[in-house]
Amino acid sequence: MATPSRSTFWFRSLQALALAVAVCFSLGAGDSSARYHDINHRLMCTCGCAQLLGECNHVGCTASGGELAELRTDIANGMSDQQIFSQFTAKYGATVLAAPTTQGFDLVAWIAPFAVFGAALLGTILLIRRWSGISAAKAAAAGPEPAVLDPAELERREKIRRETGIDGGY
Amino acid sequence: MAAFGSFALLIALALAAYNLLAGTLALRLIAVGQPSRISPERLADTARRAGIAGFLAITAAAFALIWSVFTNDFSITYIMEHSNRALPGAYKFSALWSGQEGSLLLWAWLLGIYGFVLRLTHKHDVKLYAYAGTIMAGIQVFFLLVLNFAAPPFALLKGAIPDDGNGLNPLLQYPEMVIHPPMLYLGYVGFSVPFAFALGALMMRYPGEKWIKVTRVWTLVTWLFLTAGIFLGMHWAYAVLGWGGYWGWDPVENASFMPWLTGTAFLHSVMMQEKKGMMKSWNVWLIFSTFLLTLLGTLLTRAGLVSSVHAFAQSSIGTWFVVFMGIVLAVCIFTYVLQRSHLKSEQHMESLVSRESSFLFNNLVLLTACFVILWGTLFPILSEYVVGNKVTVGAPFYNRVAIPIGLFLLFLTGVGPLLPWRSTSLKSIKRNFILPTVALWAMVVVCLAVGVRPWKDGAFVPGDFYALVAFAVSAAVMTAILSEFLRGAAVISRQTGRNLATGIWLLTRRNTRRYGGYIIHIGVVIVVIGLAGSAFNRNVESELGLHDKMQIGPYTLEQVGATQDSNLNYNSEYAMLDVYRDGKKQFQMTPEKRVYLASDQPQTMVAIHSLPSWDLYVVYEGSNPDTGNPIIKAFLNPLVGWIWGGLVILIFGTFVALVPSLSPATASLRVPATRPAPSEPALKGGD
Repeated sequence: MATPSRSTFWFRSLQALALAVAVCFSLGAGDSSARYHDINHRLMCTCGCAQLLGECNHVGCTASGGELAELRTDIANGMSDQQIFSQFTAKYGATVLAAPTTQGFDLVAWIAPFAVFGAALLGTILLIRRWSGISAAKAAAAGPEPAVLDPAELERREKIRRETGIDGGY
Repeated sequence: MAAFGSFALLIALALAAYNLLAGTLALRLIAVGQPSRISPERLADTARRAGIAGFLAITAAAFALIWSVFTNDFSITYIMEHSNRALPGAYKFSALWSGQEGSLLLWAWLLGIYGFVLRLTHKHDVKLYAYAGTIMAGIQVFFLLVLNFAAPPFALLKGAIPDDGNGLNPLLQYPEMVIHPPMLYLGYVGFSVPFAFALGALMMRYPGEKWIKVTRVWTLVTWLFLTAGIFLGMHWAYAVLGWGGYWGWDPVENASFMPWLTGTAFLHSVMMQEKKGMMKSWNVWLIFSTFLLTLLGTLLTRAGLVSSVHAFAQSSIGTWFVVFMGIVLAVCIFTYVLQRSHLKSEQHMESLVSRESSFLFNNLVLLTACFVILWGTLFPILSEYVVGNKVTVGAPFYNRVAIPIGLFLLFLTGVGPLLPWRSTSLKSIKRNFILPTVALWAMVVVCLAVGVRPWKDGAFVPGDFYALVAFAVSAAVMTAILSEFLRGAAVISRQTGRNLATGIWLLTRRNTRRYGGYIIHIGVVIVVIGLAGSAFNRNVESELGLHDKMQIGPYTLEQVGATQDSNLNYNSEYAMLDVYRDGKKQFQMTPEKRVYLASDQPQTMVAIHSLPSWDLYVVYEGSNPDTGNPIIKAFLNPLVGWIWGGLVILIFGTFVALVPSLSPATASLRVPATRPAPSEPALKGGD
């Protein structure tokens, strides 16, 4: 009788939280001035300082001032992000973009990390499942555990170990 | 002194070569058990003593270089290029690592120190230490070969000796630069030791897991040095480079981060080997990879393979490193193939949802992060090779790819300790995860309520979204860790009658490794909160005439003076800015711009006012040539202080983990008579 009411309580609590989240999301508002900042953080300064255009601040930089002014003009002229990037690439070369594009060989840069992660994740899951099978087979072959290790005894030992905490491990 | 230093390096090379050859021969004789005219044990001991003497010779060489810097011996090319008479004393030490040759000498010297300690403590396990010492001698031979023949630090200047040197790179004339590089190098070089132990243990088919216990302290200390080195570098970048950030995904930064990731993976997965006899091959390859990545980092930094904002010393020693890395990799593969039967796991995992599998997933994520960084660092070279077109892989790439991986790792940091070993039940999962889940969603609500929203003007803002996720997961992880502490402490408190704080103290002392690890995780969570704050950075730039004002956040900055100063080392311009909040003057800031006389290079000295909520960060960008007025850029960077605070907790946690746990006997002596607590609930998970 007590268990269902506890679960109901937690279920209702989570429902309330989800509702609160939805309400807060619906309150979204902000300013639109972020575009200039966003684009100048997706371009590199071409003076050789290896910094983002929006972050190059070294004294006497001959490039960043002009490039930022160019960017402001492009935005004021209503150019799209893609048009701005194309114009900068045509003028300064591909290295002006702070990240690879999503076309041609550049796409490999984006795909490889996720492909490797996905393959490794899948491999790990399959490996653990295979190992679980081996462990289960070994346990079955070894037969039932000794009578002394009944669940209550195991639990008692586990509790002692946990509460003393001196197992030298994590 | 140049002749003395050069001679010391030659002697050190001869001694390291003897250590390597005599050690190898002795270990071979012991392994095959053939009788010989020379006792292999005595031969091995002479090799060990040669290693100790080699350390003294490298120390003499390092001393010679430092002496030459302090005596302004500009007949030595390295001193002429990296020092000058007006350079303050503390920065003269920095000259040791400010250039190629000096930093390689520092590497060899630190390797000598580690080797010296290892050889002095050889009685722990004479044979294992002999293997490790011989392998370290092999590494030392490489560095001494480079120092003697490719990058000699005592090379003499051709032509007339100048009256003064070129001076130290202005970027390095900052207090942290006196300790950041040695810390980083202690981390880099330190991984040679667990590498040597792992390779040695594999070569000799060392029985059991004792080698891991032996190397655990070495690995943890090394990891601590590397961690501190990376964070000091971040702080230096923040305070000196003047762009308002601390991590730019620069190749040099990446080079230090990669071995940290694999080293962290190793520190986690060795626990599986110690406790369960699992993942033996994995661990061996993790430490091999970590060592190889330290070499790769040095190669990237020094050989100019990739362009970097702060690669201070570039030359053509890349080929040496590539060849050495090839040799190391070949030795590792050969040894592994020959001895792989020794690495067979004694047990296997039993469930996808268990502590063991959480370690495996943790390793998977750490290695994926390492791959992403390596991939991003090397992709420009690959792109140029494949399509003849060099591209830039900068912060936007890493922010999109690495941040989600980092958040997943943070999630695992909280989940792992809640899962029991072997396997778990749905009931147990529900029981352990309720509190962290509630904390997570509560934090989401709080963040949304205070304005951290991933949508603005109907557009998705990735930075704010990641920050929201980071805050929420951090709350969950922190709840999980604290509940682990409190549950254990409550049991001890009930048993002993002590208060909860004493309970936490006793709990930690009884298992310093586990609870030290939890404290480290708390530090990591705090660092992540600090990093997430960067999503809300804002800045404003303005030219300020006298009594002109600029506004950023709640602060008003008023220019009350702009002046100049000079000394023997540099000329400086700086602005004096009174800072007001709510109409009341709070403090004054003096951002500065220096031009160093010896090198004629400018340098920013940022003014930072740090609070737990944010940093007010002000940069003097120069003056308008027409008006003479200073141009000021002010940043308001939320939560940056949490990053440095997190580091302090992380260091504290590492020290706790290094302290031996109280043995059962000692524990029973120190804990007062216990009250029986027959009906105490068992601790849930977390062990």
